[in-house]
Amino acid sequence: MSANLSSILFLITGVLFILALRGLSSPETSRMGNFFGISGMILAVVVSILSVDILFTNLIYFIIALSIGGIIGGIIAFKIPMTAMPQLVAGFHSLVGLAAVLVAVSAYYSPDSFGLGTFQNIKIASIIEMALGASIGAITFTGSIIAFMKLQGLMSGSPVSFPGQHYLNALLGILIISLIGYLAINQSTGVFWLLITASLLIGFLIIIPIGGADMPVVISMLNSYSGWAAAGIGFTLENTALIITGALVGSSGAILSYIMCKGMNRSFLNVILGGFGTDSSSTNSKEKKEYKPVKSGNAEDAAFLMKNASSVIIVPGYGMAVAQAQHALREMVDKLKKNDVKVSYAIHPVAGRMPGHMNVLLAEANVPYDEVFELDDINNDFANTDVAYVIGANDVTNPVAKTDPKSPIFGMPILDVEKCKSVLFVKRGMSPGYAGVDNELFYRDNTLMLFADAKKMTEDIVKNIE
Amino acid sequence: MEIDPFIFRLSIFVLSIFIGYFVVWSVTPSLHTPLMSVTNAISSVIIVGAIIASFSLSGGSNISFSNILGFIAVTLAAINIFGGFLVTQRMLQMYKKKEKKKNK
Repeated sequence: MSANLSSILFLITGVLFILALRGLSSPETSRMGNFFGISGMILAVVVSILSVDILFTNLIYFIIALSIGGIIGGIIAFKIPMTAMPQLVAGFHSLVGLAAVLVAVSAYYSPDSFGLGTFQNIKIASIIEMALGASIGAITFTGSIIAFMKLQGLMSGSPVSFPGQHYLNALLGILIISLIGYLAINQSTGVFWLLITASLLIGFLIIIPIGGADMPVVISMLNSYSGWAAAGIGFTLENTALIITGALVGSSGAILSYIMCKGMNRSFLNVILGGFGTDSSSTNSKEKKEYKPVKSGNAEDAAFLMKNASSVIIVPGYGMAVAQAQHALREMVDKLKKNDVKVSYAIHPVAGRMPGHMNVLLAEANVPYDEVFELDDINNDFANTDVAYVIGANDVTNPVAKTDPKSPIFGMPILDVEKCKSVLFVKRGMSPGYAGVDNELFYRDNTLMLFADAKKMTEDIVKNIE
Repeated sequence: MEIDPFIFRLSIFVLSIFIGYFVVWSVTPSLHTPLMSVTNAISSVIIVGAIIASFSLSGGSNISFSNILGFIAVTLAAINIFGGFLVTQRMLQMYKKKEKKKNK
């Protein structure tokens, strides 16, 4: 295939990918969008194969590799429970990162096949692009593995920090930049591998100090990195499809990180430096907690309250995902609707462990997406609502974010559940949320605490609504 | 003076970042999880690099180190491509509108 024709076809791949993302602007067009994405990918693979010299043995191995990957990917896609989406996405990011590293290493050792010159005599621009792609790919790889382990529970979700951590990271960062510069000049194998090792190490180090509930930012950030790594390789290979895709994915991840940080009213830097929620700033409220009375109730009380309400807003959080309570919740809502109660769902931007986590779980439980609202769209409705049913959310409802400038979560946009006539709070115990801040809402007169597992409690409520 | 082709690629890159910026802001927040899985799937277009590596002739007719790296990269990218697109499809199938009340 002529180079011009293949370039044009790669450009079409890029356009198809843009359409794939464009489709996600509404659920109706999204399935068509995914179809564009798949077509773009098939086109890219076919064009690449037609552009290389085919050796029979290599072709056999290639087909085997493609089939093994395809089967594994297919099985994962069908078996994975929706509650495990965050770790799945983190795991997938690590694969993109590693693939970028492997392609870069391969290009470093056989630059002639990639049209980049000869071994240790690669064009200077190409070696810099290659080094950037390899480095970002390596960071994505180890960073995503740590994120995966934290989300999967293979590693404690709490921040891991040690003295001098930031200095070490800064030092490694400077080392990586110098190594890229040095590599561009002497192209030595040792420097190349040192660069990859340092990048693998820093990927690991920048994710370990970040705690569980900050994962939405981490995942989005790694999403962005995987895009920049692809773009770096795209420049090396002079491939338009890769450059366009890398730029799309890179900016997509960056925007999601921004939205998530804004949802917590924290700066990106503050999240990345980590260690949030480990300080003892909440000791003050801990002392008060012992003496404050809390009203607690049971499923019967909750059922009675909701059945006789005219409107209910449900506020789901990560606890719902952990308890797998979404199906029970949907059953409860069905019963309430039969009793002519108006029900809607309110989703905080950082609820759950990844952007849009709650929406997917509700969709899985067959909740129509037009009953699910974002913070800005529903926040004014709480004042005219009879009951808020908070299931597995905590910090995102804490009124202290509006009142106490000293609180670590001050300024975070929250769902105004306290404005409802009554608040039902499903929670296993009195422990504070991720931010380590006591939730003032627990002690309000209009709050009824339901101490139980989210799924169990919701099922009991279902039995009590008739 | 001729313009270095690098500049053209850089232009494509910069303009694509802007396209990405506008397209992603228009994505509805309820589809942010499918957005992540689909961006993950499309970033596996890195498979084009893996294909070049897989068919590199650096080892003559023998399988070279680059070929092996290429095959591994193809496997990884394929997991992502199939896994990413299929799981996105599975999620998108779940997003349904309210059924018409009369049906009940």
